[in-house]
Amino acid sequence: MNKIIIENLSLQYSDGTESLRDVSMEIRQNAVTVLFGPAGGGKSTLLRCLNRLNDLTEIKASSGRILIDGENILDPKTDVIALRRKVGMVFARPVPLPMSIRENITYALDLAGEKRKSKLDEAVERSLKLAAIWDEVKERLNDPAIALSGGQQQRVCLARVIALQPQIILLDEPTSGLDPISTGKVEAALLELKKEYTVILVPHSVQQAARTADCAAFFLTGELIEYGEGKTLFTNPKQKKTEDYIMGRFG
Amino acid sequence: MMTKFLSRNRYVVQRIGFTAITLMVILTMLPIVGTILFIIYKGGSAISWEFLSGFPHDGMRAGGILPAIIGTLYLTLGTAFFSVPLGIAAAIYLAEYAKDNQLTRLIRLAIINLAGIPSVVYGLFGLGLFVLFLQFGTSILAASLTLSIMTLPVIISTAEEALRAVPQAFRTVSISLGATRWQTISRIILKEALPGILTGVILGLERAAGETAPILFTGAAFFLPRLPQSPFDATMALPYHLFVISTQVPEMPIQIQYGTALVLMVFVLTMNVIATVIRSRARAKRQW
Repeated sequence: MNKIIIENLSLQYSDGTESLRDVSMEIRQNAVTVLFGPAGGGKSTLLRCLNRLNDLTEIKASSGRILIDGENILDPKTDVIALRRKVGMVFARPVPLPMSIRENITYALDLAGEKRKSKLDEAVERSLKLAAIWDEVKERLNDPAIALSGGQQQRVCLARVIALQPQIILLDEPTSGLDPISTGKVEAALLELKKEYTVILVPHSVQQAARTADCAAFFLTGELIEYGEGKTLFTNPKQKKTEDYIMGRFG
Repeated sequence: MMTKFLSRNRYVVQRIGFTAITLMVILTMLPIVGTILFIIYKGGSAISWEFLSGFPHDGMRAGGILPAIIGTLYLTLGTAFFSVPLGIAAAIYLAEYAKDNQLTRLIRLAIINLAGIPSVVYGLFGLGLFVLFLQFGTSILAASLTLSIMTLPVIISTAEEALRAVPQAFRTVSISLGATRWQTISRIILKEALPGILTGVILGLERAAGETAPILFTGAAFFLPRLPQSPFDATMALPYHLFVISTQVPEMPIQIQYGTALVLMVFVLTMNVIATVIRSRARAKRQW
């Protein structure tokens, strides 16, 4: 089933760089869709369109539509607060907010008006478990989140997103700063997550893309070059450019 | 041989450099330490309970300076009352909301120029606007408002700097979690910037507490037999009192002059120390 439908999306930043050119694709529910390609290809821009985080950036022109559950979220009338609760995001560098581990998880729920301690405790445990970090932090939930290691911080950031019970989780190179063991833990968490959520991942390597992708989209200088099932795309790409990139001939 | 000579030479240069810098630091500290010691030496003997808690008498040649101490306290609090909320609000606007356009540049220009105006001009402006036009009279209210305008640029620019120092990533993350801009500011940014903002506030108020010219025409009284009862009363104040007893009263005992200076200095230095303590404590606790 398609969760997200992107139609003819184009976007140009104010500094003149064109970031997306006429991108159309459909993104499946309960699957991991990876967006990969060389830097500057428009992957992060596309992610930031999906939760309207690009509203914080100076944009010169954009056109096209993004339908989530049939609703065009690029419509100016969209409730972006509600949208961002529905579409969570994990960033490349873990950014724990300057508060305790527990407060990092409850921050967004608290803002949304959830004050009941039992509900909050439940959300903390559930989301930390899903992000595969519960056992490591359950004894010290009131410690500052910054005291954790990078890999632990990133999983807390993932848990922070999960706590909101979004429908879609965007991950922008979430393991780029992590060691292989932490990376493995995050990837394992993703496999668990896709049972309940729609996951869109910008991987930090082709290998990671191949490991995690149910569907894969190859982006090059703002254009969607090829999009299809992960298995086929990585073993038998149709486009020459995709093949060159996967084989490591450029990038 | 050559390299050995050169490397030794570099150590010599380094030592000379360090010595020169250390000397400079000592030189800059000399006037401060000297002034403090001199005033303590000259005025220390004047300090007594009676001096701090009594009214002046015998044409101010004897007695205490209580009304001036209380007056300066009132003026400082009054200045804080107006300038702190306004200054912080302006800083939040500039740091968090203002777009980089003509209007913002105009506001910044105004603030910079406000900081460059001589304090006596503020005094005249306060006389014209608050005392005469708005008919507040020579009062604590008019003097506090005048001092507030003078203090605003300091508070705005330090508070804005403190807000900008909070990492941008906190804002992005908070927004991405469904927070509004204001929730982000009030829950995270302000809390993180608070020590820096407080430092600016205290430094601004400290300047206000020590100024004479702005209150000269707007709120300061030569002598009052009782403490001010309302914001519409005039008040005595330490800096103005010091000016009066140093220039307007013949045969003034010198230790009272220096005693008054000492009290004013302790008042201002105490605020300074508080600001430093806040800053260093916050730096130790900071999570970024």
